[in-house]
Order: sequence, then C-alpha cells, then structure tokens
Amino acid sequence: MVSKPHGGRLIYRVVSDNRRENILSSMEEYPWVKVGVREAYDAENIGFGVYSPLDGFMVSDDLDHVLSDMRLSNDIPWTIPIVVSLDGRDLSFGVGDEVLLIYGETPVAVMQVEDIYKYDKDYYAERVFGTRDLAHPGVYNVYREMGDLLVGGRIELVNPAPNPYEKYYLRPIETRVLFRERGWKTVVGFQTRNAPHMGHEYVQKTALSFVDGIFINPVIGRKKKGDFRDEVILKAYTELVRHYYPRDSAVLSIVRYEMRYAGPREAIHHAIMRKNFGCTHFIVGRDHAGVGNFYGPYDAQEIFKEFPDLGITPIFFREFFYCRRCGGIVHEKICPHDEGDRVRFSGTYVRNAIRNREAIPPYIIRPEVARVLLSEPEPFV
Amino acid sequence: MSTSKYTTVSIPRSLYNRIKRLVEETGFKSVSDYVTYVLREVVAMHEAEKYEEPFSEQDLEEIKKRLKALGYI
Repeated sequence: MVSKPHGGRLIYRVVSDNRRENILSSMEEYPWVKVGVREAYDAENIGFGVYSPLDGFMVSDDLDHVLSDMRLSNDIPWTIPIVVSLDGRDLSFGVGDEVLLIYGETPVAVMQVEDIYKYDKDYYAERVFGTRDLAHPGVYNVYREMGDLLVGGRIELVNPAPNPYEKYYLRPIETRVLFRERGWKTVVGFQTRNAPHMGHEYVQKTALSFVDGIFINPVIGRKKKGDFRDEVILKAYTELVRHYYPRDSAVLSIVRYEMRYAGPREAIHHAIMRKNFGCTHFIVGRDHAGVGNFYGPYDAQEIFKEFPDLGITPIFFREFFYCRRCGGIVHEKICPHDEGDRVRFSGTYVRNAIRNREAIPPYIIRPEVARVLLSEPEPFV
Repeated sequence: MSTSKYTTVSIPRSLYNRIKRLVEETGFKSVSDYVTYVLREVVAMHEAEKYEEPFSEQDLEEIKKRLKALGYI
C-alpha cells in the first residue's frame, strides 16, 4: 500500500461539467480576482489533491498557524502559505460571496470567500524565508508582487491553466492507481528543477535500490533567470529514463508549481506533495529548494526532525562526486581520496559548457542527455 | 472558550519525572515538547490506519485507460 494522503483524505475539488457550463455562461455575474501563474497552479494543486488536505486558499487562522508553528490550525504539518492576495482597491465582494479566480482569460477556480484579511509582510518573510532581504526571490515576491490583503476560502477548480505538457501530467489519483498497477508498495519521490547530471542519477539509483520504484517529478513553472527551460528538462529526463532506468522501476511525470526557494520549509512542502502522489519516501539532497547562500547546505534535512507525524520518510544524501582514483561516482563516506582526485558536479560548470557548446565528459552528464542540452538553441530561461 | 494555543493534560507524576530525566539528555526543550512530539507520532499512525483509496471500480477503469493511452502501463 502506497502512502496515505496527507491529513488522511485525498482532496478532489473539481466542478461538475454542468456547473462548469453554468459558471462559464454567466461569468459576468461573478466578482473576480486576477491571479498570477503561481495561484493558478496552486488552485490546480488544491483541486486535484496535490495539496491535500487543503481544500482552498488559506484563511487567517491557518496562515497564523503555518507561520508560527509550521502546522495548519488542525495540527497537520504544513510549512508554506498557500494564499491569494489582493491590492484592496475596488474590493467588489465580501465574505460569503463566490468569486472567480481568473488567470489570463481563463477562469481557473471559483472561491467561496470565507475570510479577507491583512497580514504583516515582515513577519511573513521572516517566518517563511528566514530573511527580509529583497535579494531572496521569495521575499521579493512578498514585498513587490503580493498585495496587502489576502482572501481565503474553499475552491472548486473550473479550468486548469493551459498545459503544454499534458502527456507528462498525472494527478495524484492517477499516480496512486499507477503505483498499484505496477505492484509498488514503496515509492521514492525525487523533486527536480534541473537537467539531470550523473550526481542526480546516482542519488536516484541509490535510493531506488531500497524501494520498489522511483517517481521522478520535475517542477514545471516560472523559474529564475539562468535555470533550464521546462521543455529542456523534460526532454533530458525522457532520454535518461529511456536509456538508463529499468522500464518498470521509474515513472516520469511533472508537477505544476512555482518554486518559493524557501529552503527547509519548502523541503517539507515538497515531501507533502509527493506523499499525496503516493510516495512513501522522499529524497532530500544538499541545499534542497535553496537559493544563493540563504540556507545552510543541510538545513533542509535537519528540519525533518521536527515532524514525527509527516507520514513520508525522508532519505538524506550528502553530495555525490566523480573520483578519478575510485574511477566512479562516489560520496565522502565511501571515497578515501583527496579533493584533488574529485570532480564536483557543478551546475555552473554544466551551464557554461552548454552555453559555449563544449563537450561534457560522460562522467558528468550522460551522452544522450548532453546531446539534448547541446542541441537546444535556447536551453535557459 | 479559551483561545490559547496550549492546554493542559494530566499524566502521572512518576511518568513526568521519568520523561524529565530523559529530556535532559536529548534535544527536547521540555517535557511538554517531548510529549507533544511523541503524541503526534502516535496519533498520525492511528489516523493512517483508517484510510481507504478514494477511487471506485469505475474510476479505476477510466484512470487505467488514460495511463495506458499515455504509455505508463
């Protein structure tokens, strides 16, 4: 049996076909809120149960608990605020109203408004990101992009935002059936926002040695400048899985989500999402969900000690590297040699090599993956 | 009703003393911290026992059809 959903119940909040038709034919009668891609993806993740047990955007009571205790008001572990903000001008609705959340021209969800409330941006930034430094992209978002009011309440998904990668997209209810069909009782989740190098592959395969299957789950969504573009990551992983993974041991499927770069708190959130997909284990590597030097390299592993009731087992890894004397990919616990013999998997090195169209050694990146990356005219955001 | 985030439960004093001795050698800040940690672990375990998969037989067939069409099974 794969992992139970977080909070005990897989949420599914999607309008019926009839209700969707009614909403779309009378859209002009609803008050609406324009949302960005982050909230559109959040709505989708609520609707399909990726964020179970959340059934809507947070009301003030839940946000208070998340900020102060890293738990929802019912004590279930939860570390990242899932909120919709407003600028507060021309507020045309109140508590009890139904509002449409509009992304671009798409009505993504309908919300039953339960709370409209102010929040303290300094406290929010300090608690979630551990800093108020605007150089942190999550903090920048709080101060420069989020409005001064938040609106919370249960939602129903009307139309997910357009998805160019539909064939790679599985909902939690589907992954749960898939894992069952494959006979997997233990599944390790791997979160990524990068094209795979050998260090990633060794982390994944080491974890896979102890479980029935691996769920490789790249994050598709707005990223930092210089990150690999989504389609490049997908093509690269498709090649890697095709050539180097036993067919019945790996599933590649995306999650649509906007990174917060909240380091330790976000590592817990990533684990919760994978638990809802059915994973029993989750890989946490070096500087998971970090950015710059805002977090210690293993802070995201330490935080798991605070959650005895998370319901998914983290698997921690130190850094893998190539050792010339060992002649293979190893890590510090199994390699006795000096730093001079070790080649580190540097994302900066890989990106520069690709920018300059240089050959990348096969002990850094598989040739099939390198071919994909080097053939892309614009591989980066 | 109280709005405080904390409440009091009673445990035998002998157990309290036993935990207090234990806590001194661990990273826990207090007996309350320790008890909260342990209770969360136990409660989550009991809650997990009650779960049933959320799909009917009909859902299952439709999901399998999509998974097959996408090449996953």
